[in-house]
Amino acid sequence: MASLAIGHAHGAERERRPFSLSRFGGRWLSPVLLLLLWELGSRSGLIPERTLAAPSAVIGTLIEMVISGELPSNLLVSFARVAAGLLIGVTLGLALGLVAGLSRTGELAVDPLMQIKRTIPALALTPLFIVWFGIGETPKVALIAFGTVFPVYLNLYSGIRSVDLRLLDAAKSFGLSRAEQIWHVVLPSALPSLLVGLRYALSVSILVLVVAEQINASAGLGYLINNARDFMRTDIIVVCLMVYAILGLGADWLVRAIEARALIWRPSIVEQ
Amino acid sequence: MDARLGFTALDSAQHRPHPEPVVRLRGFTRRFGANTIIEGLDLDIAPGEFIALLGRSGSGKTTLLRTLAGLDEVRGQDVEVPDSRAVVFQDARLLPWKPVWKNVGLGLKGDIRPRAEAALKEVGLGHRIDAWPLTLSGGEAQRAALARALVREPKLLLLDEPFAALDALTRYRMHDLVLSLWRAHKPAVLIVTHDVEEAIALADRVLVLDQGRIIAEERITAPRGERGSFSARLREKLLSNLGGDDHSVIPFAPALEAAE
Repeated sequence: MASLAIGHAHGAERERRPFSLSRFGGRWLSPVLLLLLWELGSRSGLIPERTLAAPSAVIGTLIEMVISGELPSNLLVSFARVAAGLLIGVTLGLALGLVAGLSRTGELAVDPLMQIKRTIPALALTPLFIVWFGIGETPKVALIAFGTVFPVYLNLYSGIRSVDLRLLDAAKSFGLSRAEQIWHVVLPSALPSLLVGLRYALSVSILVLVVAEQINASAGLGYLINNARDFMRTDIIVVCLMVYAILGLGADWLVRAIEARALIWRPSIVEQ
Repeated sequence: MDARLGFTALDSAQHRPHPEPVVRLRGFTRRFGANTIIEGLDLDIAPGEFIALLGRSGSGKTTLLRTLAGLDEVRGQDVEVPDSRAVVFQDARLLPWKPVWKNVGLGLKGDIRPRAEAALKEVGLGHRIDAWPLTLSGGEAQRAALARALVREPKLLLLDEPFAALDALTRYRMHDLVLSLWRAHKPAVLIVTHDVEEAIALADRVLVLDQGRIIAEERITAPRGERGSFSARLREKLLSNLGGDDHSVIPFAPALEAAE
């Protein structure tokens, strides 16, 4: 009887729920309201255009920039910088993480240097990199690479070191060679941690990109923003900010997609 | 010797070792720093023999098992263990990122799928061949671990408290399974346990390890399944060897009497 009564109560709750706000995209309500207020403020002249362009103007500019090819071509330049920087940074991070994780000597050689490197914010190196590499593409890519090495390194290293020794013992007892133990046990167990590092690296890369592109760029999103600043085109600045946000979301989505495939054995993902 | 008892106490002088044992330890000693874990241990295991190793925590049974499993360095010691050996641990230790059949075939060469499949069917897990280990129940995981050991056709099968974490009913089923697998494949088996009943139910010979020495040895000749009649006496004996002979009970305050 008790369970029946509870079931009934649940049913009643379910019937009432369609009237609640959360069922009708309640989470979207406040952002939409903010956009509306912003638009109203711009139209009524409360927010001057040189302070912040109206949302409608921003969307118009976005469409214009896409059609003219200005946005896609500059986005491609920025994307290439991130890709090159990440490729170098992640590769280096992987290599150093493997060396330090898999051997004591490697740990002694690599880890102290990486810990010193960790204390230097990547962006603080900007002036030095300009002196060394000039103001072309090299310092931009180098900065991104420098910033993304550490998260990959640290997470891979700690992932390898936190391998379950009981699993390693089991593998040993079945006669697996050292290389087979690494391949079948150590690396798969470090993978979840490595993917966390990769996600960090991706968000760092976009952060560093924003700053690196302020270095005398002649193309790319940063160039668009700098130009827009000079002409007080707040609409273009907002468009570029939106693109940065979309880049960040895209990077996150990419790692999630990799995780869903690579970590399919995890119960939380199995159950889905 | 009282044949009706179905078990005989052995001391090392009476014990005639098999001419070609699969395991042969002479004067085996293991120290960690100043701690002597095992000292001067002699052990023979005959082919196809089922041995239970009883011991309290810290008696050295895990160390002995690791040595027999080849997990510890035995340089300079008189230790002979067969190359083909396999371990089933208390926790199944399946790799969570490999499906069950790949776990079973771990480290094997060639077309492992049919062999893994056959072994899994033998332990009654034919329906979970492609499952992820983390979705298995405790009993299923131990069955998979048994299959992983058996697929190697070991001459020596080491079981490290394999059923300690299972519920009683599952444990009895696993006992039957282990015995039928042992009869089918005839490996020498060494099961490490702290459960006297388990040792009596399964083994041909029970060893009691204490402070790194074998302090008692019982051979059980009665057929399995007919051991209930004498197990009480043997159980008492083994328990006293294990140091369970002081029957002191934790004092219990008779609260009710006091109230009356």
